[in-house]
Amino acid sequence: MLILTCPYCGVQAEETELHPGGEAHLKRVGPDGSDEDFEAYLFARKNPKGVHFERWRHAYGCGKWFLAARCTASLQVFGTYKAQNPYPPAEIVDAIRAHRPDWQPDWTVQHAQAESPAE
Amino acid sequence: MPSDAPRSGRYSVFAIAREALRQHSGWKRAWASPEPRGRYKVIVIGAGGHGLATAYYLGRNFGITDVAVLEKGWLGGGNTGRNTTIIRSNYLQDPSAALYEKARSLYETLSQELNYNIMFSPRGLIMLAQTEHEVRGYRRTVHANNLQGVATEWIEPARVKELVPIINLDGPRYPVLGGLYQARGGTARHDAVAWGYARACSDMGMHIIQNCEVIGIETECGQVRAVNTSKGRIGCEKLAIVVAGHSSQLAEMAGFRLPIESVALQALVSEPIKPCMDVVVMANTVHGYMSQSDKGEMVIGGGTDGFNNFTQRGSWHHVEETVRALIETFPMISRLKMLRQWGGIVDMTGDRSPILSATPVGGIFVNCGWGTGGFKAIPGSGWAMAELIAKGTPGPLAAEFGLNRFREGRFIDESVAAGVAH
Repeated sequence: MLILTCPYCGVQAEETELHPGGEAHLKRVGPDGSDEDFEAYLFARKNPKGVHFERWRHAYGCGKWFLAARCTASLQVFGTYKAQNPYPPAEIVDAIRAHRPDWQPDWTVQHAQAESPAE
Repeated sequence: MPSDAPRSGRYSVFAIAREALRQHSGWKRAWASPEPRGRYKVIVIGAGGHGLATAYYLGRNFGITDVAVLEKGWLGGGNTGRNTTIIRSNYLQDPSAALYEKARSLYETLSQELNYNIMFSPRGLIMLAQTEHEVRGYRRTVHANNLQGVATEWIEPARVKELVPIINLDGPRYPVLGGLYQARGGTARHDAVAWGYARACSDMGMHIIQNCEVIGIETECGQVRAVNTSKGRIGCEKLAIVVAGHSSQLAEMAGFRLPIESVALQALVSEPIKPCMDVVVMANTVHGYMSQSDKGEMVIGGGTDGFNNFTQRGSWHHVEETVRALIETFPMISRLKMLRQWGGIVDMTGDRSPILSATPVGGIFVNCGWGTGGFKAIPGSGWAMAELIAKGTPGPLAAEFGLNRFREGRFIDESVAAGVAH
């Protein structure tokens, strides 16, 4: 059974306690966006066979949404982090790299630094 | 049209008698396993039911036999061999009903057409209504089906009990309030569907190439040129991607993205028991469905996992949920031992309806998104897909299932209509 640690309450939650919420880090398209962008935001998913960032809700616990990095091919969990992160934090990237040396993030460091929340 | 004398020999009672007299030494392989040529007019990726049916109807309806069907594993080893073999067409929306009814009607005569016994068994199918919402929903579906020319009827609980004597109508949690009955729904042998199509394709001179994984798609000026495979580069004029759970991966090779997420769907079978239920029963409120195979096993289908997954095994707690719910409706199965459990990776679209479409790359067509209900659609899907590939534009069956519907908001919303991830 899939077990994820909720980054808010720290509970190691089993799958039955959680509700899956699909791909994480989707950027909502504003009023200026094209039809293509809006379609991509709504429907086009990466659906990778490998490292996947996704949303989960600790539905039968603290009730909060959080994010997880997981491998869809092996079901390995690399870590969980708070939903306030616009991009996966460095420690999650390091954890993925430790197991998947060939894996490349599809966002740039500049993005991640520019949009990371003020601590 | 396939020739009258297939290369694998025609199966008949006379063939059985002839072979009985010579120690069954004359049976030939049902399909050939050639090495790939350097180029084909059409390449179909995926030798499951949908891919093989696509190839078959390309030959049968359009005379295109310069076709290769590539399969990374073995023929019919994906979702074609992992489903619960249910065939029905009691959908609400007109485009769905047309496509699934076409498939169901082709299933009726498929054994004769392919000269291969697919064991189609139109034993009848009941979708139980166990809440007031389902009663209203299924009554509406019956009215829609009658307008669409799909023969279904609403039946009262007493008739349900007559058809399924082992059922418990009283609940208490989910009493049976009636059912949506399709008398010509049923089951078929899923492997035989793949094998029968493969044999017919091979007899038409098409190449079915197993253990041949596509690892790249070559395009030039927005037009497909070739596929790179584990058996080398193979050129093609047109390419059909018919790979269910791995559609996103193939689309990525071709440089576009699909509105698809892959999740695990699972099923299980019990030990064989004496015949006790000769209809298919679906209980969508609790999301379990059950039929009895010809071997006597109770075949049980469950729900999908909610998260992306490519492992072909589902979550354990879904098995528990499914079985727990079915035991209330069928108390006699409570002591049955379960023999096997397995999973398949299904391709779910945003509106839970399939995609039969041209793509942003010229010459590439996709047939995917059948999600949890692909087996029942195989002949109709192949029929519509062959027309799309041969003509380059969709015919009436495929017209509403294009990729553009996601941009234009023209959904075929069966997920709400069926109240179940069919």
